[in-house]
Amino acid sequence: MEFLTPPPVRWLEPDVETQDREGLPAGEQLPLPASARQNGNGRPASFVGAPRRRARGSQLAIDRMALEDVSIAYGQKPAVRSVSLPVRQGEVLALIGPSGCGKTTLLRSLNRLTELTRGASLDGRITLDGVDITTIEPTLLRRRVTMVFQQPNPFPMSVFDNIAYVLREMGSRRPRKRALDRPVRDALDRAGLLEEVQGDLGHPALRLSGGQQQRLCIARALAVQPEVLLLDEPCSALDPQSTQVIEDLIVRLRDDVAVVIVTHNLQQAYRIADHVAFMYLGELVEYATVDALFGSPRQQRTKDYVSGAFG
Amino acid sequence: MASEAATPQAVLPAHKAAVESSSTWRRSDRVGLVVCWLLGLLFCAIAASIVIFMLVQGVKYLRPSLLVTSPSAGFVESQTGGFLDPLIGTVVVALLGMAIALPLGVTIAVWLSEYGRPFSLARAVESMIEMLAGIPDIVLALFGLLLFSSPVLGFLSRTSGHVVYGRSFFAAGAMLSLVALPLIVGSTREGLQAIPTHLREASLAVGKTRFATIRRVLLPSARPSVITGAMLGLGRIIGDTAIIVVLLGATLTLNQAGSAPVLNVLKGTGSTLTSFIYQNAPTGENNQPTKAYAAAFVLLLVVLALNMCVDLIGRRGKVATWSS
Repeated sequence: MEFLTPPPVRWLEPDVETQDREGLPAGEQLPLPASARQNGNGRPASFVGAPRRRARGSQLAIDRMALEDVSIAYGQKPAVRSVSLPVRQGEVLALIGPSGCGKTTLLRSLNRLTELTRGASLDGRITLDGVDITTIEPTLLRRRVTMVFQQPNPFPMSVFDNIAYVLREMGSRRPRKRALDRPVRDALDRAGLLEEVQGDLGHPALRLSGGQQQRLCIARALAVQPEVLLLDEPCSALDPQSTQVIEDLIVRLRDDVAVVIVTHNLQQAYRIADHVAFMYLGELVEYATVDALFGSPRQQRTKDYVSGAFG
Repeated sequence: MASEAATPQAVLPAHKAAVESSSTWRRSDRVGLVVCWLLGLLFCAIAASIVIFMLVQGVKYLRPSLLVTSPSAGFVESQTGGFLDPLIGTVVVALLGMAIALPLGVTIAVWLSEYGRPFSLARAVESMIEMLAGIPDIVLALFGLLLFSSPVLGFLSRTSGHVVYGRSFFAAGAMLSLVALPLIVGSTREGLQAIPTHLREASLAVGKTRFATIRRVLLPSARPSVITGAMLGLGRIIGDTAIIVVLLGATLTLNQAGSAPVLNVLKGTGSTLTSFIYQNAPTGENNQPTKAYAAAFVLLLVVLALNMCVDLIGRRGKVATWSS
C-alpha cells in the first residue's frame, strides 16, 4: 500500500511530536503513529494515519438490515439512487461522502424518519431481519432502530427523565420511578456517562457539557435496547476529547448493536469503522472494508475523495 | 406601560459609544444617534409621567377600607362605598376568560405548528386569528350581546319570561377570551417554532408517538412562551372596558341571578375595576373621581405586576437552548 495523501491532519499518538520532524533529513518519510505502524507487517495500514480505536477486527458479524435497490426522492429531486447495502451487527458501518450526497437521507430512511419530510418518497426495499420495515409500525420500528443526531439534543428535563421518558409509555402502564432506576442507570452505564452523573440524576440535562449531552443522547437511544443504532455525525459539534470518548463507545457497542454512522471525517471513519460506504451524488460508489476502501480503492472517484482531491 | 420595556433598546447606541467613539461617525449617523436618544428619553418621560401621576393620585385617595366595601349609590364620597365588587368581578372575568382562552389557544397553536394539514385550512385559521386580533373590542361586545341574547343561550344569563338579557359574567368572559386568544396562539406558536426540528425528530427517533412528543417534550420546552402569551392575554382581559360595559351590565355590585351557589354569580351581572373607573370618572354617571383614581391605581398595580412576570419568565426561558 502506498501513500496517496499527505500526512494526517491530526496525530493522536503522543509519540509523534512536531519537533521530531524538524530533525529529519530531507526526503525522509514522516513517522507514523505506533498503532498504524504495527498494522500489517510493519507497513503502514493506511495512508490516513489515524490510529485504530478497535483492538481487533469484527468476528461475528450477522446481517440485520438490508437495503435493496433503495431510491429516495424529495418531490422531483432524487437524493439517493438505487443503493443496496447490508447492515451488520458486530460491525460499524460508516457512510462517507461530500455534503449533499444523500448519506443522511439514507440513514434516516433506515428508521423511516424520511417519512416525516413532506414530499419524500422511497422506492426499493429495506428489511430488518428479513421483514420489510414498511410493514412495521413506525414507533415499534424506531424502538428497534434508534437514532442519534448531529447536534446534542437532550430533552429539557433532568438526566433521569431524559432516559425515563423513552422507557415510559411503552406499554399502557406507566412504571414508577423506582422501577425505572435500574434500566436508566444501565443505559447511562452503557453510554459511559453513569460515573459522571450518578451523584445527581436530577441534574438538568441541558446544563451538561456538549460531550456529556451527546453521550446522554446515545444513552437515550440505547435505553430501549435497540438492534440498530444510527448516528448522524455524532461528533461534529464536539471537541476532540469528547469525540475520542464517543468513538471508543461506538466501537464497544458494535457487538450488541449494529452501528451505522454518517461522518464527514475520514479519519474518524478509518478509526472506528469495519465497513465503509462511499456515496457521491446520491449513488453508492463503493462499499468495502475499511482497509480496502482507504488502502486500495477500486473506483477513481473514491480514490480522489479519500485522497482529498475533492470533498 | 409596554413602552417602558422598549426604552432600553432605544438608547442602546449609547452603549456602543463606549467601545467605538461616535465622533468618528458620519454626520447623518450622529444625527440619528441623537434622535434615538431623544426619542428614548421621550418614551421614558411619557411612560413615567403616566405611572407616577396615577400613583400619586391613587395613593392620595386609596384607603384600605375601599378594598373591602361594596359600592353603593350616593352623591357624596363618604356614601359611595369602595370597590370590593369590582375587584371580585375582575378576578372572576379574568379566570373565566383564561379558562376558555388558554386551552383553546394552546391547542390551536399546537395544531398550527405541529400538524397544519390540510394546508389551506391552516392558512384560513391563521388569518382568522389575525383578524380576531384586529377586531375592535366594542364590535366584539356588540356581537356578543346579539349572540348571548339568543334564546338558545338563555341559560347563561338572566331571563324574564321570553326575554334574554344576554349580560352576564359568562357572556363577558366568553367574549374576553376572544381578546386574549390571538396573543396566546401567537406566543405559543412562536415558542413551538423556535424549537429545532431535530429535537422533535429525536423524540420520534426513539419510538415515541407524536402526541407524547408534543406533551412531554415540545410543550414543556415552549412553556415560557405559553406563560408569556397567557400573561399578555390576562393583561388585555383585565384592562378591557368596552366588553365589560356592554356585556356585564351597568350594576356596580354583584347582581346574582338564580339560586345555584356559584352559577348565580356567573349568570348574574356585576362590574370590574375598568367599568368602575368608567362609571366614576369625571365624565361618568357616578362622577366620583377620587374613587376612580384609587381604582385606577389598583388596576395599574395589577397590570404592572403582570408585565413584570412576563419579563421575568422571558428572561428565565433563555437560560438553556439547543443549537439549531
